[in-house]
Amino acid sequence: MSILVNQDTRVICQGFTGRQATLHCEQAVAYGTQLVGGVTPGKGGSEHIGLPVFNTVQEAAAKTRADASVIYVPAPYCKDSILEAIAAEISLIVCITEGIPVLDMLTVKAALKSSSSRLVGPNCPGVITPGACKIGIMPGDIHLPGSVGIVSRSGTLTYEAVKQVSDLGLGQSSCVGIGGDPLPGSDFIDILRLFEADGETKAIVLVGEIGGDAEERAAQFIRSSVSKPVVAYIAGATAPSGKRMGHAGAIIAGGKGTAQEKINALKEAGVHTTTSLTGIGDALKTLSL
Amino acid sequence: MNLHEYQSKELFRRYDLPVMEGRVASSAEEAGVAAQELGGEKWAVKAQVHAGGRGKAGGIKLAKSPQEVIEFTDKMLGKNLVTPQTNADGQPIGKMFIEQATDIQDELYLAIVVDRTTQKIVFMASTEGGMDIEEVAEKHPERIFRTHLDPSAGAQPWQGRQLAFQLGLSQIREFTDLFLNLARMFVELDCSLLEINPLVVTQDGRLCCLDAKVNIDDNALFRQPEIREMRDLTQEDEQEVEAEKFNLNYVALDGNIGCMVNGAGLAMATMDLVQMKGGQPANFLDVGGGATQEAVAQAFKIILSDDQVKTVLINIFGGIVSCLTIAQGILSAIEEVGVAVPVIVRFEGNRAAAGQEYLAQKATEKIDIIVADGLSSAAETAVRISQS
Repeated sequence: MSILVNQDTRVICQGFTGRQATLHCEQAVAYGTQLVGGVTPGKGGSEHIGLPVFNTVQEAAAKTRADASVIYVPAPYCKDSILEAIAAEISLIVCITEGIPVLDMLTVKAALKSSSSRLVGPNCPGVITPGACKIGIMPGDIHLPGSVGIVSRSGTLTYEAVKQVSDLGLGQSSCVGIGGDPLPGSDFIDILRLFEADGETKAIVLVGEIGGDAEERAAQFIRSSVSKPVVAYIAGATAPSGKRMGHAGAIIAGGKGTAQEKINALKEAGVHTTTSLTGIGDALKTLSL
Repeated sequence: MNLHEYQSKELFRRYDLPVMEGRVASSAEEAGVAAQELGGEKWAVKAQVHAGGRGKAGGIKLAKSPQEVIEFTDKMLGKNLVTPQTNADGQPIGKMFIEQATDIQDELYLAIVVDRTTQKIVFMASTEGGMDIEEVAEKHPERIFRTHLDPSAGAQPWQGRQLAFQLGLSQIREFTDLFLNLARMFVELDCSLLEINPLVVTQDGRLCCLDAKVNIDDNALFRQPEIREMRDLTQEDEQEVEAEKFNLNYVALDGNIGCMVNGAGLAMATMDLVQMKGGQPANFLDVGGGATQEAVAQAFKIILSDDQVKTVLINIFGGIVSCLTIAQGILSAIEEVGVAVPVIVRFEGNRAAAGQEYLAQKATEKIDIIVADGLSSAAETAVRISQS
């Protein structure tokens, strides 16, 4: 088992023929992902990297029976692409693109609420179930099939966590990058709920950062609804107030959203917290998994 | 992106939001003419900087004659204003805003933001105008009223009426109009913050936006060409502006260890680790996932323009791009820029060992590269060098 994606997941790509999409789709296919086609309006009927191209998501979904879509289109067009995927009833939509306007995400979030689709991202590395399905831009070879679920707001920090978990020989059940934006499609709680229900996941690593209160809300949820051990690392303990640290969502505003508040909340919920990135593996070791 | 008060009020006027008549001035002479043209007996003269707390910092004066307007403008222009929200250097004053002054009966607070928790646009209003709203939220949370906008229906008149009654206003219709117009402006201009502090009730019972703070969502600037033109680079950190041209995320800090990292999260983690080991980072810098030679060279230039920097710590997690490729780029960049301080490199991920080996071989007396074994050791080395 795993969460969100497995060896049977059929994936299409929106913005299929673009440069980034092509690179990462080739990598996904090489990893063993069942990529079954893609969408580029106007290029329907052609082939790209040996797979069929469609004009619309509706058509791609109908012809390929896809259950997931990965979006690589430029930020100004992402709202449209996500809404198109929702309308085509794609169950998992993964948006990699960074830089989507906040107001566009408000519209997207409202549309998601009245749909059966789940969105992961935007501004994220994607989702992977090691050895089975890779959707996104993460390097496949650092992963190892195993028992630790990883959920993170940052790309390269996910990779660091993955590497430490792989080096311990524990491996990952699934890894989900929820992205660094202020309004993510899925938040920590959505993913924690899936890991808690997943039989294969024995422990969870949560990688958070400054800004917003997603970690605090995750802490409340862990206290009430997660029985599995959780290790958390929060980046940005030394970030200055009022400055956006790269990610649109990583900002301490009006004294709120500091790393310390998040660490305190997680500690109170019984989470093993570490303030050093290099300490994630060590914290997992103490769990005797 | 931040706007100046005078720019914000220009936009307010376009949305039929009540503001006093005002003129912007870049010289004392212009300020005098502005006061004459505006007429009246007293004028508010305000320094235009991207920072709050201008009043307490002496950047605002109530002038009782055109002569006072001229004198105050002359005194302020070209100076830097240091407020509790700026750094020690303050923000340069390039323009003054001269506005008709009004007699005030009551001061209120009104703001709109996107609330990350409810994922909706929220209006916040308070009877405690002119105060620091965070302080009000802490001491008198019952004096702050909120209403959330339905994402599909948008702002509705009842929400404006409700806030007006909660604030104890008698100008129900006026406030409701203001509420609806603000909501329209927020959405149409892709605002991320719209704050009026204070919103005043004048002696003759009208509502007026006395101050105006507008922030625009950077990610939406592609569709706001007119707003883009309003950007005032003199109010921003020079290095941060330079970094932005090359798609580098850079934030200047006070220390002496330059940091160059791929990924925003990892860049923060690196900064944290440097401080945990007793050092002080000079900056936050995300050089981008691929860490190309061009990006690394630009990053070096920006980091080294800060003459405090004693060493540069490069922390790379090779994902899709191999560390060997990045190592070659780093070496070329060091040669291109002529980096004179020791460079500490930590690689992890894709072909990390090959990248390390490559750089270790290339280190010479001229090119001071220290290849670190692991992140902790890299940070420790950087701290040691920075303190020697």
